[in-house]
Amino acid sequence: MKLENKVAIVTGAGRGIGAAIARIFAQNGASVACVSRTLENAKKTADEIQAMGRKAIPYAVDVSSAAESEATIQKIFTDFERVDVLVNNAGVTRDGLLARMSESDWDTVLDTNLKGAFLWTKPVARAMVKQRSGCIVNISSVVGLVGNGGQSNYAASKAGLIGFTKSVAREFASRGVTCNAIAPGFIVSDMTDSLPDAIKQKVVQAIPLGAFGKPEDIAEAALFLASPAGHYVTGQVLAVDGGMTM
Amino acid sequence: MAEKSLEEKVKDIIVDQLGVNAEQVTNEAKFIEDLGADSLDTVELVMAFEEEFGVEVPDEDAEKLQTVGTVIEYLKDKTEK
Repeated sequence: MKLENKVAIVTGAGRGIGAAIARIFAQNGASVACVSRTLENAKKTADEIQAMGRKAIPYAVDVSSAAESEATIQKIFTDFERVDVLVNNAGVTRDGLLARMSESDWDTVLDTNLKGAFLWTKPVARAMVKQRSGCIVNISSVVGLVGNGGQSNYAASKAGLIGFTKSVAREFASRGVTCNAIAPGFIVSDMTDSLPDAIKQKVVQAIPLGAFGKPEDIAEAALFLASPAGHYVTGQVLAVDGGMTM
Repeated sequence: MAEKSLEEKVKDIIVDQLGVNAEQVTNEAKFIEDLGADSLDTVELVMAFEEEFGVEVPDEDAEKLQTVGTVIEYLKDKTEK
């Protein structure tokens, strides 16, 4: 058991990559705080984990809200007493060409994807510093590395997460707290299901390994970073993308 | 055993947090220059004071607390209110 007796928070745990991360953490012995915008989705993942005989509690919260996040984090510390792993995975898209992008579509994406990571990392990192151990994993994107037409807001948020990751890694390394980013490529999820078929085909042609990835591919990478095997890795961006960004 | 004074508690926390000798922790000692604290140490110290004394120290106040003596005065003031 790679995460025996560890407590993990996973945001965006209701579906897709976040749900896969929450599941694999639980399979490896962790208790998991499942955070999602809707209680229904959070509960779905938490129920699955409880069925494995592990502790899991669902929390419904908008991670871009400072007040909601603060209250929920406090509740998580009361419910679980400590936190060893934080996965900032919650993310949204509001795709569109920059020339037509509204301010609110920009703000929504930056507030959830980037500010959300700040709001959750700050209090959790303080507790990790105190316990002299901890692991933070930010789910970025290949789009944050290479850009993508129609996703300037999303790309900016995901590139921002990379700078954030490296800075946090430097600030807390002396206290035994690591911080890394994973940059998933195109992964089968509700987010990529909404892409038109023509675009999907074009995307697949650009992936050297010739297929979309699975949420479990990202979950395995997160498990590595969070487990003792990953303890010497910090400030890195691990691209799990079928070779897209080599 | 008599209850420890606020001053003693503050100095105990500093010794513990920074791994310095008690003799070094004079009222005039500066955390960064004299006691070898880095900036994250000062954040951790404030967190420890907040916990021990059940107070909240706003960031703008924390910046001013650069010596052991100023912390003791500040916390005395805060806890008497």
